[in-house]
Amino acid sequence: MNQPIVSIERLCVEFDGEHVLEDVTLDFHAGEFIALLGPNGSGKTTLVRTILGLQQIDHGKVSLFGIPVRRFKDWQRFALVPQRLPGASSIPVSVWETVMSGNIRPRNRWRPFSRSEKQAATAALTAVDLLNRRHDRLDTLSGGQQRRVLVARALATNADVLVMDEPTAGLDSANVASLIALLDSLKADGKTIIIVTHELDDIEHLVTRAIVLGASKHHSVGFDGPPPVPNAFAHDHHHHHDAIIDQAPPVVGMQP
Amino acid sequence: MISFLEYDFMQRALIAAALVGLIAPLIGVFLVQRRLALLGDGMGHVALMGVGLAFLLGTAPVPTAMVTAALGAFLIEFIRNRSRTAGDVALALLFYGGIAGGVLFASLAPGKASSSLNSYLFGSLSTVATGDIWALVVLALLVLVVLAIFGRELFAVSLDPDIAQVQGIRVRVMSTLMAVLAAIVVVVGMRVVGLLLVSAIMIVPVAAAQQLTRSFRSTAVIAVIIGLVACIAGLAGSFYIEVPPGPAIVILALACFAVLALIAVPIRQRRKELA
Repeated sequence: MNQPIVSIERLCVEFDGEHVLEDVTLDFHAGEFIALLGPNGSGKTTLVRTILGLQQIDHGKVSLFGIPVRRFKDWQRFALVPQRLPGASSIPVSVWETVMSGNIRPRNRWRPFSRSEKQAATAALTAVDLLNRRHDRLDTLSGGQQRRVLVARALATNADVLVMDEPTAGLDSANVASLIALLDSLKADGKTIIIVTHELDDIEHLVTRAIVLGASKHHSVGFDGPPPVPNAFAHDHHHHHDAIIDQAPPVVGMQP
Repeated sequence: MISFLEYDFMQRALIAAALVGLIAPLIGVFLVQRRLALLGDGMGHVALMGVGLAFLLGTAPVPTAMVTAALGAFLIEFIRNRSRTAGDVALALLFYGGIAGGVLFASLAPGKASSSLNSYLFGSLSTVATGDIWALVVLALLVLVVLAIFGRELFAVSLDPDIAQVQGIRVRVMSTLMAVLAAIVVVVGMRVVGLLLVSAIMIVPVAAAQQLTRSFRSTAVIAVIIGLVACIAGLAGSFYIEVPPGPAIVILALACFAVLALIAVPIRQRRKELA
């Protein structure tokens, strides 16, 4: 089998002595469209932050392209789509500046943005249908449009792996539809997509694997299954299966 | 009417004022974006301790304040990293310590040091020494060079530290760099604008500019123009009406804010209609 893009082995993450993730073992492969599901507090966001090196690992191992996350340097292969940019509301930031900020890297600090970087940003804004708003302040756009700008920001980096934090949360149906169409084409382009979400409904047809993180903090164990029924075990983990099945929330209608 | 530029001390003060008008808003634009508008204020308090120490030890105030403020910058970043919740209170303690220590050291110093502390608090036209000017020019150039090299990374960090880190940017290094740059601005501005008001020149021009602008870049450019106008005109004004330059400069910057606030309303309305 190909080398996994992300390999997580027996990962434990604690906050103040509380296990947020306990003994999670997972592999993500190129071209997968993964939905990370689970109720609030189940550790979805922590898992993603750990993969991206933003969260300290207490036990276990996370490797990206075979390299331990601490030593991983090739970050342009990953792009994170956050829900919002904290700094974009206190000072005006244009849509264009937001998208171009994805290309700011230590290794290109000595040169201006290249023509190909600008072309990629133009293409990304075209893909999310917001090229005509590029000179506007980001915070004058609607919530859905801002989310699309953040997707464009990730696209402009040409990363192989897109990690999205609740990309459809709070969007109206029109924006959800255009986001899904975009995700569809990204999947067709062979991008690996990892989505943290509450609801599988909208993206179900795109998802190749759904991973449900358990409700109990002490038994947050990832398990794999084809959607829409997640309680079929793809891997035979040695974890506490009974406990998981008891705790695994239904995938549909999980949102409080 | 006597031209204020006929005096050597005014020429030096003018250069110092122009330097601070140029670099303070350039740093302020990042501080405001990171919601650290009061960091410069605190840095001024810490630098005051350096001035007090200089009086006490008989060392030159500019280098002593620079060292103290830079150490304060490292300490502030250390505290902010250690604890997000208690950081606020810890910073307050550091700032109170700075101002109390500054006044205390100055009072203990021989001579009339404590009375000249006033000129460091609110700025003075006559205290920029010939030797100072070169130090201020070098420090301001240093700020500009660092911004030219690291400006984009500082921007990415202030937009969202998490995604900046995923882009391989060393967020902690950049945050510390930002604090040190703010410390430099405080020291460059302390002679003319004064330590209590120097942070206003970092923040007020930015707050004024962002009412009209649509991008980070244009905010920075317009803030620098406002900063330069306020510093130079405020300095000249303080010469003629015989008040300390710091308050004159800050009042002018605030006036720019008020004028732009009035202009911004119809402009925003028009943009909305066009959009």
